[in-house]
Amino acid sequence: MIEFRSVSKRYEEGALAVAEVNLAIAPRAVTVLVGPSGCGKTTLLRMINRMVDPTSGQVLIDDVDVATRNPVQLRRSIGYVMQNSGLMPHRTVLDNVTTVPILQGVSRTQARARGMELLATVGLDASLAKRYPGQLSGGQQQRVGVARGLAADPNILLMDEPFGAVDPIVRRELQTELARIQSELAKTIVFVTHDIDEAFLLGDQVVILREGGHVAQMGTPTELLANPVDDFVADFIGRGDESKHLRITERNGTRLVVDQRGRVAGVLAAPEQAAEPHPSKREGGAWTG
Amino acid sequence: MDWLAKNWELVINLSWVHIGLSILPVVVGLAVALPLGWVAFRYKRVGRFLVPASGLLYTIPSLPLFIALPVVLGTSILDPANLVVGLTIYAVALLVRQIVDALASVSQDVRQASVAMGYSSWQRFWRVDLPLAGPVLLSGLRVVAVSTVSLVSIGSVIGVTSLGYLFLNGFKRGIPAEVFTGVVATVIIAFLFDGALVLIGRFAMPWKRKVTS
Repeated sequence: MIEFRSVSKRYEEGALAVAEVNLAIAPRAVTVLVGPSGCGKTTLLRMINRMVDPTSGQVLIDDVDVATRNPVQLRRSIGYVMQNSGLMPHRTVLDNVTTVPILQGVSRTQARARGMELLATVGLDASLAKRYPGQLSGGQQQRVGVARGLAADPNILLMDEPFGAVDPIVRRELQTELARIQSELAKTIVFVTHDIDEAFLLGDQVVILREGGHVAQMGTPTELLANPVDDFVADFIGRGDESKHLRITERNGTRLVVDQRGRVAGVLAAPEQAAEPHPSKREGGAWTG
Repeated sequence: MDWLAKNWELVINLSWVHIGLSILPVVVGLAVALPLGWVAFRYKRVGRFLVPASGLLYTIPSLPLFIALPVVLGTSILDPANLVVGLTIYAVALLVRQIVDALASVSQDVRQASVAMGYSSWQRFWRVDLPLAGPVLLSGLRVVAVSTVSLVSIGSVIGVTSLGYLFLNGFKRGIPAEVFTGVVATVIIAFLFDGALVLIGRFAMPWKRKVTS
């Protein structure tokens, strides 16, 4: 479990990026930190692997204060996936994926075998292993980024807007893929995004942050949608957005879900099809329609 | 052509000497400039002083420098070390700024990622920063190599033999073929140095070619 205990961060310029945050992040689930830019979500994420140290307060992983851990060793034990992939342009795809195991001293042969498995896990063809990142599409690069984050088999995976820079179709593909991988691996994932739809799609728990690094509300997507604590949260999750007020109508014998303005948002699944939703998706999926 | 036919052995010998005198300043200059450039890049306050200061070294005129060096180093006036040290100073002068620029050319995303992966700062420099700074660094090194090859000729004026001997001797004795041979041989050596650096770059940075093609 990851725990933030009255954590604050003030940068040299004086602005408070994170203010007295208390958070408990559940193990083996996806927790999404979401909020407008400047809400401190990336700063919070980077405190977990000590890329940023808090000005006051503590961050604990399994009851151990990360401040007591060697930052380099700590980072090797935590997966990290970032926007624009951050792949090493001078290393091949396979070398990128095996970076952390090699740093940890795993033998090259072993690391490579594991790397090839991981490429398959993230849905990349083995023939891409010898390419350089610059020879891949944006979506493929992000998949390599995810494989690299998983390479050392970390318990914790930090993801900083990993799908922010790809086009919407590829983003949806990658989100689906991540949900599938998570259903197999059950990592503790902390995921940063500014996209509330992405947050509700992927998050078991969603933490909504507001400017100045305050936690506005935390809960499951259902809880947030049902009981937003204030106007900021209600606005941010789109309660006021007409396109998200859905109702059911029947046309030509098909039950359609439409929004306030009558535009079709989806088709209502037959009950037997909806009988077995993925456990972590039971709230998010139904809502997005 | 007649002159060359009779003196080709001299030309070959002088060429080897010239090559030897040119390699050292480039290699030593890089070795000295690399840590200086890293410090200037890493600690911006130091860099604001260090980069212009090293650039100033290049404004020292070469002849007075070569004459002053024996006094400073305690070497004999004819010692080739004077020339090598002098040219190393010029190489450092050009390379420090180039190394700072080269390190600055490395993408912030990649640098952040390498921190997040758990590279130590030592590993990050050798495995991430330096290789990725390679292309910009190499272009600076090519300029330094070619300028060093041409500057070695000046050594002949202070008594350090190189292809420059052919210019001096040719002028003194009025043999245009000798002067011309000296010029051509120097240019050929400059091309060889440049070509060698390009080849090393291709070999060391295969990713650069594949990605841009």
